[in-house]
Amino acid sequence: MKRAGKISQEVLLFIVALLFLSPIYIIIVNSFKDRQSLYENVLAFPDSFSLEYYAQAMEKMNFMSALGNSLYITIISVIIIVILSSMTAWMLARNDNILSRIIFMGFIATMLIPFQTIMMPLIQLMNNIMGATGIPMLNSREGLIFMHVGFNSAISVFLYHGFVKSIPISLEEAATIDGASKFGIFWRVIFPILKPITVTVLIINVISIWNDYLLPSLVLRDTALRTIPLSTFYFFGEFTIQWNLAMAGLMLTIIPIVIFYASAQRHIIEGIGEGAVK
Amino acid sequence: MAKRKNWGWYALFVVPLLVIFVTVVIVPFIIGIFYSFFEWDGIRSNPMMPVGIENYIQLFSDSRFLDSAWITIKFTVLAVIAVNVVGLTFALLVTSKLRTANIARTFVFMPYLIGGLLLGYIWKFVFSDVFVMIGEWTGLDTIFFNWLMHPDYALYALVIVFTWQMAGYIMIIYIAGIQSIPGEVIEAAKIDGASLWQRNRRIIFPLLMPSFTISLFLTLSLGFKIYDTNLSLTGGGPANATELFAMNIYNEIFGYANYGYGQAKAVIFFIIIAVISLTQVYITKKREVEMQ
Repeated sequence: MKRAGKISQEVLLFIVALLFLSPIYIIIVNSFKDRQSLYENVLAFPDSFSLEYYAQAMEKMNFMSALGNSLYITIISVIIIVILSSMTAWMLARNDNILSRIIFMGFIATMLIPFQTIMMPLIQLMNNIMGATGIPMLNSREGLIFMHVGFNSAISVFLYHGFVKSIPISLEEAATIDGASKFGIFWRVIFPILKPITVTVLIINVISIWNDYLLPSLVLRDTALRTIPLSTFYFFGEFTIQWNLAMAGLMLTIIPIVIFYASAQRHIIEGIGEGAVK
Repeated sequence: MAKRKNWGWYALFVVPLLVIFVTVVIVPFIIGIFYSFFEWDGIRSNPMMPVGIENYIQLFSDSRFLDSAWITIKFTVLAVIAVNVVGLTFALLVTSKLRTANIARTFVFMPYLIGGLLLGYIWKFVFSDVFVMIGEWTGLDTIFFNWLMHPDYALYALVIVFTWQMAGYIMIIYIAGIQSIPGEVIEAAKIDGASLWQRNRRIIFPLLMPSFTISLFLTLSLGFKIYDTNLSLTGGGPANATELFAMNIYNEIFGYANYGYGQAKAVIFFIIIAVISLTQVYITKKREVEMQ
């Protein structure tokens, strides 16, 4: 009797979890249907699995170009963030003087600023820098990377700083006596120890940069530079009525995220949890 | 000599990130406050007119802004309740010793990764087309109609999508909290004959207070800042009924080209978010002190 109760609980939880993802089911089944059968029954399974609408959506969204841009921007930004914020956090944590404290407080305090508060002056400033120096800050992927690094540095420095403080200093002192430079100590001794928190920093930044819509929408003007969220936005602006095509487009944009999730599920859930609680 | 060398290393490690950070965050923040005291249409050849604090005074008589502030509060309150109830329920289910718990956790967390813009589009189809069709089949067209065309229901739709996105995220925080409760405490209560509800109410919930604080304030500030989902799901419609705070700022600046006035709204937005977050820090710190 008790066992039957347990099994029904198991099944119930599974069904609830499945229901939770039912919107995804609706997207999948309708991405294979033509317009007419979509409106006959939205919940039904498709008659055939033709990839016709995927091909059309791919072309209309310029998907391969958007995927390339998103990958390029996310990967380069995250690499720069990991390198620079771990170096900064280590120095700040190991040189506990007034200057370090002011800089660290500066990083922490700005975590309170919502993006909408700085978006307009940011674009004005970037425009001015561009006019004065000729460096293409706006409408370039590298300019966007620069801004992503700036916006995500605070949380990353914060996470690294907390972790560095938990590492015993004796390791570094031993290396110093052996005559290693600060640079050598950091990369050979410290950075490998930082690995767990690096995973967290990587995951948090990949998710926030990959999904970011507002900043790229303000920075990038050329169609050829669009990231996945941007091309999705313009795609929906033009094709809202053709839902079957839109579903195929949505599926295309979700697939990279599912691959990412499936490949590092445990790390992602732990990393997000760690980033949120601190 | 050695000291000078150390400062060199210090600068080499800290300055690159600091320069980027100051350029992207600090300087725009300061000039943003400066802009909020001017009237300007964003066109470079047009002059900026200093207006003092008039932009801030004007906010209080701007009915579109006040409406937007009100629906943002309404949205945030509903969203905080919904996200935390769903997140906590799943956390309790998932930490029970069911074998399907892991799969459930994986599924429930999934939407968080997809990102607000895409989630809005997914649900736009659900609310505008799937709902209408279900209504036609079942005859329950008082529940299943196009929610996005109705001013109140469009806001509820936004609450549902936000809950769908954030419940998994908040669930993770509650799971961490539940797992930090020693198993013996719960076992002891079981042996003493405490029912599931008694165990939850008398033991688990009180020990979860720190997780509650974190989750409440996190959803509070995330809900208050919502933009992407708002844009893709309702676009602020019908007839501005769901134009929340962040979208109102965007439209004021880039839509109506009121750069100075919009920036004043943006500064107020910052102050509200800062107050919410600092209150959280204050409460958390105070509790930590009391615990010691």
